Amino acid sequence: MTNETLSQYANLGVYSAMSVFTIAMIAFAIDLAGTAPKVSSARPRKAAGVAMMLTRLGGLLLIAAVAMRGLSVHRPPLGNMFEFALVGCMFVIVVFVAISLRRDVRWLGLFVIGPVLLTLGLAITVFYTDASELLPSLKSVWLVIHVTVATFSVALFTIAFSVTILHLVQTWLESQDRQDSVGMSRLRTTVNTALPPARSLDRTAYGIHAVAFPLWTFTLIAGAIWAEQAWGHYWNWDPKEVWTFVIWVVYAAYLHARATTGWTPRAANYLALAGYGCILVNYMVVNVYFVGQHSYSGM
Amino acid sequence: MDTRPDESDVTQPTLGPLGMMRWAWRQLTSMRTALFLLLLLAIGAVPGSIWPQRNIDAGRVADYLASHRSTGPWLDRLGFFDVYSSSWFAAIYLLLFVSLVGCVVPRSKIHWRAMRAQPPRAPSRLERLPEHGEIEVDGAPEDVLRVAQAVLESKRVLGRHSGLRRWRIRSTDQPEPDGDSDGKSSDGLWLSAECGYLRETGNLVFHAALIVVIVAVAVGHLFGWRGDRILVTGKSFSNTISAYDTFDPGPWVDTEGLSPFTVAVDRLDVTFEERAGGAQRGAPRDFTAYTRTQISPQAPQVNQILKVNGPLKFGGTSVFLLGNGYAPVITVRDAKGQVLMSEATPFLPQDANYKSVGAIKVSAASPKQLGFFGFFLPSEYLDKNAGPSSFFPDLKNPALALGVYEGELYPQGRPQSVYTLSTEKMTQLKNAKGEPLRLLLKPGQTAQLPDGRGSITFDSVQRWAGLSIRYDPGKLLALSGAVAALLGLIASLMIRRRRVFVRVRPVGRRTVVSIGGLAKGEDPGLGATIEDLLRAITERTGTKV
Repeated sequence: MTNETLSQYANLGVYSAMSVFTIAMIAFAIDLAGTAPKVSSARPRKAAGVAMMLTRLGGLLLIAAVAMRGLSVHRPPLGNMFEFALVGCMFVIVVFVAISLRRDVRWLGLFVIGPVLLTLGLAITVFYTDASELLPSLKSVWLVIHVTVATFSVALFTIAFSVTILHLVQTWLESQDRQDSVGMSRLRTTVNTALPPARSLDRTAYGIHAVAFPLWTFTLIAGAIWAEQAWGHYWNWDPKEVWTFVIWVVYAAYLHARATTGWTPRAANYLALAGYGCILVNYMVVNVYFVGQHSYSGM
Repeated sequence: MDTRPDESDVTQPTLGPLGMMRWAWRQLTSMRTALFLLLLLAIGAVPGSIWPQRNIDAGRVADYLASHRSTGPWLDRLGFFDVYSSSWFAAIYLLLFVSLVGCVVPRSKIHWRAMRAQPPRAPSRLERLPEHGEIEVDGAPEDVLRVAQAVLESKRVLGRHSGLRRWRIRSTDQPEPDGDSDGKSSDGLWLSAECGYLRETGNLVFHAALIVVIVAVAVGHLFGWRGDRILVTGKSFSNTISAYDTFDPGPWVDTEGLSPFTVAVDRLDVTFEERAGGAQRGAPRDFTAYTRTQISPQAPQVNQILKVNGPLKFGGTSVFLLGNGYAPVITVRDAKGQVLMSEATPFLPQDANYKSVGAIKVSAASPKQLGFFGFFLPSEYLDKNAGPSSFFPDLKNPALALGVYEGELYPQGRPQSVYTLSTEKMTQLKNAKGEPLRLLLKPGQTAQLPDGRGSITFDSVQRWAGLSIRYDPGKLLALSGAVAALLGLIASLMIRRRRVFVRVRPVGRRTVVSIGGLAKGEDPGLGATIEDLLRAITERTGTKV
């Protein structure tokens, strides 16, 4: 049984969160662009303050949307791609806001809100699925455990991905010759004042990955336990299992590369990017195009 | 210009066979190789998700081979349809396995020694360490050093940065085990402390646990088995090999010693989505099988409910409900009205609306055997292109659409699928117009076959449950290994291995405390820890700030 009105309200929540995030993103962009001419620490960052407020507001709207979606179908909203995307975005925002309470991460706002907006847009248009009940194989407590943790770790990997990209850009700018063109040096000044130094970006990215990887490991184990209960085998090389494993192996390689002398942080970070590429494949390609037992896209 | 010496003059040191082996072992167990193998494993796993796999769906592999006549056989030769049992995939993970063992064993030895060793002596110039802090406090150097030791020993004082931390401390008072002088006179007063040994322990546990998981998977393959059985409601089956439609034992399974339980399915309730539109319409919502089970022939019967996420358990063997479908009850009579065959015949669903395919084989018919082949449609309608089709998976308008063959059902007695007819020795019956005869039957209807061959009656519809029965003795070991790996991983990523050195020197009546810190890997919190230590020492020595 589903409650159509409530699911309509949930969609409305998503749209309003998207509008709030759009303004927040613009404000973050204004903040970053305005950094260059002044000295960074002392200047009042009004735009960034507004953006952070709007991010929190958008986050609340998103939480409300997820809750209404769940209430409309009387189950955790983790049954199809639209719902994964929604919950994933909610986790990204929640994690970002949580970090912002302890550290100044206003520089990261633009690069978190951007992907979230993109995902929400895709979710409400391409991935949209009518509110409905679950397939019998999904009716299990492991849905909550396995899928929630999977979505949460993907949210962390997403933030880590953004920071890693920023690290690579910053490393590249820092390695550029000082005697370059005016435009180039102006860009470097802007980025240098707007973003933390490369070393600190790298450390942040590594820290987030180090939290996300054990969560992903847990996802894998919980999935295996559930598969054993629902299908009778804990591992059967179903396409989704294959890609979950591939992601795990690539990020394991990243962590090993970090611990190995002879691998620069930059080279290791390319592995992290590859890992995120695999996550995108796992979500967008495997769910929709590959035939397997995880065919829950709802499309 | 090439300034290198002419290499032909240089006598290269030669490696004997032992040296070569040692070199190969070093290469294999190096981190670089392990990383390379890890990435290779990731890449090697991908084809199995792109091409259909025999272990999952042999039918799709056959379809693929039939439609790709040039590339298909090559892919097959390269093992692309059995990726996870192919030799090259095995080569990757076995090499990785060896590399893992070769890495874990020596590291465990080193760690074992490090766990029992004392921290190293404090270096003389602490300001050269990555993190360093200095402060002047009241008190004599000896007293201040004792305070520093007390602070390190009571980890509470260190606040939230210390967590799981317990410092192993060595100070000037403790001479080297080899009888080296205590350095009090030459070296000043110092203290060294180390913590976070659990980091390496966790790391080793993680890698060792992965080996356990691999062993558990191997145990499952060798001693485990799986069997599938389609069971029509009202029927029962007992756990012997002959009762299975397919049975797939590991090489070391004792197939005579299966536990002798029986399962009877009394009723199967199935519901499908009726309200939602689009792709969700007709999606399955609930499957529930009501069963009667006996753990052994002497045991009492128990009523149990079998659901998709709720298997039946008989010791280590589990019974899963993995599929369902329809079994039309069909009666075939000869011209005199004598029953030749009457039973529920399972049909296999082909699509989401349960358009199902099956065959009815009447070997008792004479003079020629009769075979019916065609579709069962739970909600029948006539599609212009596809012919008889189904618009919904539940029984809204059940019908059978059949063609009729006569001839020899089992040429040369070869085994064949029960769901298809082998028509090579059979001919299709025609109607009066000379077209192939097609029957469309609703429940209760009877069709007469031409030329006194008798009749076929579609009596009713029953459901069948697709049971999958599995036994895997390795699964608990695999789970324990996986959980141990996870705990080890968390320890190795979250715990910091740190060394802290304290030196004190007198300045007039006061004492200068100097603390240096060293960490293994990234450790952004080390600086804060040193600040905490200095603050605590200041407080405990009663120094006014």
